[in-house]
Amino acid sequence: MNQIAPLIIQAGLVLGFVVVTLFGTFFLSKIFGTSRHSKVKDENFECGIENQGDARFPVSVKYFLVAILFVLFDVEVIFFYPYAVNFKEMGVEGFLALLMFVSLFLTGFYYVIKKGALDWSNK
Amino acid sequence: MDFIIEKSVLIVSVFGITLVMAMYSTWLERKFAAFLQDRLGPNRAGIFGLLQPFADAGKMFFKEEFIPNHSEKFLFIAGPGIAMFTACMTSAVIPWGPDFEAFGRTISLQISDINIGILYIMGFLSLGVYGIMIGGWASNNKYSLFSAIRASSQMISYELAMGIIIITIVMMTGSLSLRNIVQEQSGALYNITALKGLNWNIFYQPLAFIIFMTCALAECNRAPFDLAECETELIGGYHTEYSSMKLGFYLFAEYINMFISSTVIATIFFGGYNFPGMQLIENSALLTVMCVAVLFLKIIFFIMLFMWIRWTLPRFRYDQLMHLGWKSLIPLAIINMLITGAVILAT
Repeated sequence: MNQIAPLIIQAGLVLGFVVVTLFGTFFLSKIFGTSRHSKVKDENFECGIENQGDARFPVSVKYFLVAILFVLFDVEVIFFYPYAVNFKEMGVEGFLALLMFVSLFLTGFYYVIKKGALDWSNK
Repeated sequence: MDFIIEKSVLIVSVFGITLVMAMYSTWLERKFAAFLQDRLGPNRAGIFGLLQPFADAGKMFFKEEFIPNHSEKFLFIAGPGIAMFTACMTSAVIPWGPDFEAFGRTISLQISDINIGILYIMGFLSLGVYGIMIGGWASNNKYSLFSAIRASSQMISYELAMGIIIITIVMMTGSLSLRNIVQEQSGALYNITALKGLNWNIFYQPLAFIIFMTCALAECNRAPFDLAECETELIGGYHTEYSSMKLGFYLFAEYINMFISSTVIATIFFGGYNFPGMQLIENSALLTVMCVAVLFLKIIFFIMLFMWIRWTLPRFRYDQLMHLGWKSLIPLAIINMLITGAVILAT
């Protein structure tokens, strides 16, 4: 409890600051600032030429693949944390278990690389 | 009740210091760039241009609030808010100085000593991706979208290597709490009494430091990994459509992240507030002041290192960036972890 309360206070302070500043400037500039609109000005920026459609289109699947692989490997990395905290107590036996886990990790990693999932340049 | 007041004062001061550090980082960046390019840099507002950050902030406040027609209004405003929120929350678990006695009680210069301190920082770093991704997507601008996707993909890639490096440090310390990690580093280096206070992890883990530094650069979207905002390809990056204080929040969040990254590097590799000769100082108040000053010197050194790297190295290409992150840093980090484990068990 003693450790969580300050975190909540900080979250409240930061959240208050962010919300007040963002919405404060939003409304203040509505009241005091200039606000001119025109069809051309309100368009999204695109090199100064006329817009071609909008930005809701599919992008390269590589990015998606990276995200999926991240989820996979990050879960495996998270499994190391409880081990690392108890590393000294678990001794050699624990280390051998770790080696086994790392070899599984590296096997998956090697497979991903050999499959070319992380190749970005066109060959 | 005393506890709450004490912590509130600490929280407000840490928040204030974070904002001031971020403001003056912008000043320092411009001065440093000017120095490296043989220019003068900002020198009109105040002596040495020291009031420049205030002038910039004031200008940000009075700029026209502009939201493009086709953007998602709510998410467009929420994006910079999330970026700023996550950036400001990470400072909670950092020990800024040793405990000291005042008003008849022991005061700790750490907002919260949760026992998963370093995971907390990693967690908020990961949440930072949302600020960029939401802002970039909600702009409905092609450049912003590309930039946001690049940034998220880059940040999650480098998080893996960063996580493995932190495991190495945790193996040496046996604790995830930053307080324990710092206290561990107050001993004598290689058990030589003359080197007391120098038992920093950098002397045991130089490779880990280099990998961590690289990942920190990538996590902060700093050069040479600033592909999210490379001007020649993507106009301004994910904040192309932003103006006024919302733009200010994105820039601010970036500098706060840089400040926090420097702090984390100083804390887990360079002994935090420890310095050689600190056992000679008897007065506990003086010791605390000196420890905080030393920590901030280290932080400013790393912020300057970030800037130095920015003006020294050219930008990576995207495939090189991914190649470095996945095929070099992750295997290196794993090998480093295994060697560390073996050495600790052998001794």
